[in-house]
Amino acid sequence: MALILGIESSCDETAAALVTSDGRVLAHRLAGQEEAHRPFGGVVPELAARAHVEMAVPLVEAALADAGVTLADVDAIAATAGPGLIGGVMVGLMTGKALAHAAGKPLIAVNHLEGHALSPRLADRDLAFPYLLLLVSGGHCQLLLVKGVGDYRRLATTIDDAAGEAFDKTAKLLGLGFPGGPAVERAAAKGDPRAVPLPRPLVGSGEPHFSFAGLKSAVLRARDAGIHRAEDIAASFQQAVVDCLVDRTRRAIVAIDGDVSALVVAGGVAANQAIRTALAALAESNGLAFAAPPLWLCTDNGAMIAWAGAERFGAGLVDDMEVPARARWPLDPTAEKARGAGVKA
Amino acid sequence: MREPREGMTEHSLHLDGPEATAAAGAALAAVLRPGDVVALSGDLGAGKTCFARGLLHALGFAGEVPSPSFPIVIPYAPPELGLPLWHVDLYRIDDPEEIEELGLEEARADSALLIEWPERMGPRLWPDALRLTIDRDGPDARRLTWAAPAPWEGRWPPRT
Repeated sequence: MALILGIESSCDETAAALVTSDGRVLAHRLAGQEEAHRPFGGVVPELAARAHVEMAVPLVEAALADAGVTLADVDAIAATAGPGLIGGVMVGLMTGKALAHAAGKPLIAVNHLEGHALSPRLADRDLAFPYLLLLVSGGHCQLLLVKGVGDYRRLATTIDDAAGEAFDKTAKLLGLGFPGGPAVERAAAKGDPRAVPLPRPLVGSGEPHFSFAGLKSAVLRARDAGIHRAEDIAASFQQAVVDCLVDRTRRAIVAIDGDVSALVVAGGVAANQAIRTALAALAESNGLAFAAPPLWLCTDNGAMIAWAGAERFGAGLVDDMEVPARARWPLDPTAEKARGAGVKA
Repeated sequence: MREPREGMTEHSLHLDGPEATAAAGAALAAVLRPGDVVALSGDLGAGKTCFARGLLHALGFAGEVPSPSFPIVIPYAPPELGLPLWHVDLYRIDDPEEIEELGLEEARADSALLIEWPERMGPRLWPDALRLTIDRDGPDARRLTWAAPAPWEGRWPPRT
């Protein structure tokens, strides 16, 4: 059994965790005061690399103390190497490199998206490869075929806005408050999902991808029409997102043709009950198991980086000290390009 | 595809839909140079990222151009396109002082910057930036207006 330290700093905040290769989370720490606001990625990004520097080492120390271990007990150090805001990524990766060098431990550079992709196996140790993952967060909207450690096929991505971003911006347009995802969901519960005709961008389309920018524009038009209740717009918007996610995921299930046993949803948007219910029903009607990791593991965290590190370490995938921080780092570099030119709502 | 010059007055241009917005972005590609700053204003849903997509594709970038609202900065560099370009979105920034942390000034040394929500920079926005604004002009139509400082003379609006 291996013990892995994971460091995450590619998004808005810094996190550190200790996870074992048999899937026990011994400690996980998340910096910052915005935890309550995190489901859709937070709105107060920590841009200051300096602040990540100040937090990274104390967080690692706190996680080690929580777990009752020292750096000498750790078998490998995993750090996010991208994609993300480059200043933060560099701080986390440099911290990982420095600790690995000082303690004489192997370094594992983890793609942030790989952290999300493998996290369902930390939540459910029986979840076997391959599985279909819908990753829906403030910054991402992707369908991934997770075939094995380091073996991912991107089936679809958003050509414009991520699903969580669409929720946040709809909340802003409708004046529903913050954080946007839960605010829209609460308002939607009091509205009629059929009241406002809204587009389902790309639904039924031959291309596999997601698009939400046109939906955002339609919400703006519906608001400005001045004849709809905000609750009805919210409910109709949420239903449109559900329909888009279900349609695109169904298309992916058909495209991979029986290759997987489970549909997994991860990312902060997985907290939305309407989305969860619709995806569970989709899985059932296709004879697939359905899984969603607990919310703390769906949103950005250090444990998923430590776990991805554990999976990579188990597969013998370690990195040298030259591994670079990368602002853009596609998980599947061979993925079909999604240009999205001229797409209409 | 409409020519972006069509319907143009001295300081603004009518865009009759997303394709026209993307075409206006593509027109910018022909005159953009490393070190340029383009400030792109417009409300939510105005089509800023659509404009950016037109620009990036015209610069030769073949991949998807996602909204930078969450990542804040998405850098693009050759050989994926003709010149280094940072696609920046300051929507989530509250404190203008934080913007210094993004390293935009340093990036100008070799990259062009396309900045959405430039209002967040306040007076820190460079005076030599080309300022573009997309306003709604009907359900799908938009109006692109601009203020082009001296370094942009002869480059914007683009001659056809």
